[in-house]
Amino acid sequence: MNNAIEVQKLRKEFKAYSSRSGLTGAFRDLFTRNYQIATAVNDISFTVKKGEMVGYIGENGAGKSTTIKMLTGILTPTSGQISVNGMNPHKEREKFVQTIGVVFGQRSQLWWDIAVQESFRLLKKVYKVSDQQYDDHMNHVIRTLDIEPLLDKPVRKLSLGQRMRCELAAALIHNPPLLFLDEPTIGLDVLVKLKIREFLKEINEKYNTTILLTTHDLTDIEALCERVIMLDEGNVIYDGALKNLKETLGEGKELQFQFLEKVDLAAVKHVTDGMPVKWELDERDLIFTANIEDSDELISRVITAVAAVFKIKDMKINETSTEEIIRNIYEKGAVDVG
Amino acid sequence: MDKYLEMIRVRFLMMLAYRTNYYTGIFIYGINIGAYYFLWTAIYGGKEQIQGLSVIQMTTYVAISWMARAFYFNNLDREMAMEIMEGKVAVELIRPYNYLGMKTMQGLGEGIFRLFFFSAPGLVIVYFIFPIRFTWDLSVWGLFAVSILLSFFINTQLNLLTGLTTFFLYNNTGLIRAKRVVIDLFSGLLLPISFFPGWAQEIMKYLPFQGISYIPSMIFTKGFSHQQAIEALGQQLLWVIILVIPIQLLWHAAKKQLVIQGG
Repeated sequence: MNNAIEVQKLRKEFKAYSSRSGLTGAFRDLFTRNYQIATAVNDISFTVKKGEMVGYIGENGAGKSTTIKMLTGILTPTSGQISVNGMNPHKEREKFVQTIGVVFGQRSQLWWDIAVQESFRLLKKVYKVSDQQYDDHMNHVIRTLDIEPLLDKPVRKLSLGQRMRCELAAALIHNPPLLFLDEPTIGLDVLVKLKIREFLKEINEKYNTTILLTTHDLTDIEALCERVIMLDEGNVIYDGALKNLKETLGEGKELQFQFLEKVDLAAVKHVTDGMPVKWELDERDLIFTANIEDSDELISRVITAVAAVFKIKDMKINETSTEEIIRNIYEKGAVDVG
Repeated sequence: MDKYLEMIRVRFLMMLAYRTNYYTGIFIYGINIGAYYFLWTAIYGGKEQIQGLSVIQMTTYVAISWMARAFYFNNLDREMAMEIMEGKVAVELIRPYNYLGMKTMQGLGEGIFRLFFFSAPGLVIVYFIFPIRFTWDLSVWGLFAVSILLSFFINTQLNLLTGLTTFFLYNNTGLIRAKRVVIDLFSGLLLPISFFPGWAQEIMKYLPFQGISYIPSMIFTKGFSHQQAIEALGQQLLWVIILVIPIQLLWHAAKKQLVIQGG
């Protein structure tokens, strides 16, 4: 069995209650309530192979967390099949959760009032990890995440970055083959983010750990995942390599110029007359941006034309950022990739 | 089993983390016992006995009821309501243990902590202040120990039941408060069951509440004969078993329609 996660036609519906207006409405609500069926996850199917690192992205309310909660056995699906690590998460919950690790960025799973190491000790017992396994594995984790000095502090005294590193360590106590990360880098500074990313890469290489990651920080995905699954209003709208997404949808490049002398936009536009260029001007920093197709010849023609007329102080060639691509997709609500 | 024992230990540590709560607790229990002692001496006036209990037995009843309460009492219902309302229950469900079992163990950890660091020293203090008669009959102590363990289970089960209703009601603060008042009144903590009118006593025979406070306190004050005590223990045990059923039903229903609040 090579798939860590297999999902078929997974669906989750919630009842959304609405209140009637006014006092009489409130009284009527006491007896009968209006509700609508809202579909959070709409018949999605996908598989994740063992050892893969997959980014699971989508806007707020797209159904990411709901999917994760079904995959981890917390919520019961309305319909559809799930098989994770060869088990049905909801049916065999206690046996199943032994094989996964979960980090919820927005909730702590450490005990708030006691020292971190006491939490670890309890989790070690809960997951029935032997002393030797614990020493082999956790000493390494603790060293890599650099949390040794935090172990004897109560969780409530830790900063967010310190806590998240401890959370991650706590999720790995039983060295699970599958790791779910729900916004693990939310609110963290760059250094901690980098540390966490490096660490995730390392355990993925070392133990072939499968990782499913949801995040709004696309740099996380770029750094870690080769594959992304994109969700919108409960539907999978893209499932494939991140690179494809960029190549197909990263329409064109950006040329940024800064000039030594004061130049106005009309003059710059005049220079590239007849070429398919869209100019924009950032008034504050006086950066002129040319949005053009990704064609090598055109790029050099634009640069030559501009450089022939104006003195250039600084110049950059940018690819359209993933962030921009994703934003475009969210706005359109669909992806046309083969 | 290991993990459940570890949970008891962790709960111990948590109780130690909040020492102030612990000191104020002793103080409040002291005031309660004092207040009831003066109330009852006033009620007895010159009378030798009311409903077969002497004033000394009554004082002992009050003291022992409150000290037993320190052991069986816990806030599991409120904790569960919080966990469910804030969505923390999601974290509990990704762990390989039984949520309700773990909650019970947390309650037990709290109970044992209070028994040793609260009830025991408290009882010694109370013994010197108020005219209380302790029995030195070991069989009574034994029966009493079994009895308060069973009261712990009955009370905890009722708490779990109340806590579980949060899954369906989303906000059950009112229910939790009502439950506490009902338990304090009908368990015999405020007033021994034998002081209730006959018809009320008849009804309460069919309710689990007297198994929480009345039975252990009556055993300790020797208000029950040995035979009666054994029967009362059987009654407590019966309730522990019966209460498992609605808890399991509610838990299964809850898991089906669980909504994790707050994302």
